[in-house]
Amino acid sequence: MKTRNRIAETFKPPELTYRVWKVWRRNFDVFMKTWKVNFFPPLLEPIFYLVAMGFGVGQFVKSIEGLSYLQFIAPALVAITTMNSSFFECTYGSFVRMYYQKTFDGIIATPISLEEVIAGELLWGATRSLISSSIVIAVIAAFGLISTPLALLILPIAFFAGLMFSAIAMCFTSLAPNIDFFNYPAFLFITPMFLLSGTFFSLSQYPAVLQTFANIALPLTHSVNLARGLMLGKPETSLLISIAWIAIVTPIFFIICINAMKRKLVK
Amino acid sequence: MASDTLIEAQNLTKKYDDFVAVDNIDFQVYKGECVGFLGPNGAGKTTTIKMIHCVLPPFSGSLTIAGMSVSSKPREIKKMIGVAPQEDNLDPDFTVLQNLLVYARYFDIPKPVALKRSEELLKFIQLEEKRGVIIGQLSTGMKRRLILARALINEPQILLLDEPTTGLDPQARHLIWDKIRTLKKQGVTIILTTHYMDEAAALCDRTLIMDKGKIIETGKPAELVKKHIGEDVLEIEYDEKTMKTLQTMFPGARLEVVSERIRVFTSQPHGLFETFLQKHPTKGATIRNANLEDVFLKLTGRQLRE
Repeated sequence: MKTRNRIAETFKPPELTYRVWKVWRRNFDVFMKTWKVNFFPPLLEPIFYLVAMGFGVGQFVKSIEGLSYLQFIAPALVAITTMNSSFFECTYGSFVRMYYQKTFDGIIATPISLEEVIAGELLWGATRSLISSSIVIAVIAAFGLISTPLALLILPIAFFAGLMFSAIAMCFTSLAPNIDFFNYPAFLFITPMFLLSGTFFSLSQYPAVLQTFANIALPLTHSVNLARGLMLGKPETSLLISIAWIAIVTPIFFIICINAMKRKLVK
Repeated sequence: MASDTLIEAQNLTKKYDDFVAVDNIDFQVYKGECVGFLGPNGAGKTTTIKMIHCVLPPFSGSLTIAGMSVSSKPREIKKMIGVAPQEDNLDPDFTVLQNLLVYARYFDIPKPVALKRSEELLKFIQLEEKRGVIIGQLSTGMKRRLILARALINEPQILLLDEPTTGLDPQARHLIWDKIRTLKKQGVTIILTTHYMDEAAALCDRTLIMDKGKIIETGKPAELVKKHIGEDVLEIEYDEKTMKTLQTMFPGARLEVVSERIRVFTSQPHGLFETFLQKHPTKGATIRNANLEDVFLKLTGRQLRE
């Protein structure tokens, strides 16, 4: 009975109102206060990668799936940015607000509920993904690597994939006893995904088992797949699978992480 | 009287796996009152406060605010309450004024109203000149004042102050006391917790003394002093001879030896100690008024709690 209650509690859909946006707005206002600093990393990082990997490593790569190496990695850079901005926002960022600044305590003393605070954090994480991904796409366009308007569809995808990474990140935050804990997901989850999700080389070079694993278990695989398909203007059925994957996984983690944070904070 | 009851707790309990933070307490708070929750660390004061403003759910029992249960109407209740927590949870990314404005937004207060109220509140707590300053540059006293102002942004009927003056210098403390008195005059119902007995005596109409999750005594500060201690306390340097004399002179009195001093508590009227000292002039003897701290220590003991 106890386990059943626990499961019911874990998957209970949260009651959310428009107040979620007030939490989002607080984070947005803070972000805009230091927007210059915040815009730098997504602007410079892709340039470094394109130069180092594209012009450097790329010299040794003839072509990959019929593309130049630059064309191949450019969409992956967008997907990686999507992942990093929301994941780090909802791990380190949320933890600082929750634990060090006691921002959540302040907000839940008002008519806003804890569920709404967490949902606001997740939407903000997704927004950070959208902002950073837009900048990266602009840089890539400046390098002349975008030739189809379909690439603009990457932006809504970045928001929803960002929401997924935020929710996964928030699950780790609900487990974190201290801020150093985030080294584990950063090195055991983010770094392997960064390298192994069809980012810098094609998944087809993997043995079949690893390919299946990357498709089933690594969310970034689907982000990369979508970004690549849209940027190159090749809408294939595999894109629908990736959309479905994100559409199924996101709400599950969204609900789980809110309930997990509630369990952590309301004692 | 019942219609004036604003907060009512019945058999209120907060229990964790291995300990009981609040143990089956009953209390009422009436409209316009200032009630002090006193108690050693870990007595359950903050837990009770957090249950009142709906961030901790009670384990059992009932708790109603203006007739609304904390478990069914948290938003409505939180709208009418202002909270100044023990810990500084001001938003360090914002300035003084922005802290108030962002907080007002959480209450759905329209921007022009929020601006007007914020300016008034900054004046009230004398921080107008700091309006554009980032929180990190404020002193502890200024932060406490701003936390008080922030708790007032929704014009609350009930104000919860969790240790409002802990760690402040006397000037800042008296300023806060002043503000609390002003708010009381305006009809705000105030609940405060404090470790300073002089603070409770100065501000509270009524005090509830908590220990180990229970309310062990309640009453007006002056009445509690009279009931438990009497009017005066005699303090004399300890030696065995004096002790014996005192025991024979005041047979009904409670004698307490703390840090090489004897304290004599008796319910007998004024003047008795003076007569004693005239007969037995003793070096370093003082007669002072009994106070709430004497009551507190008598009821909760002298052991350290943590």
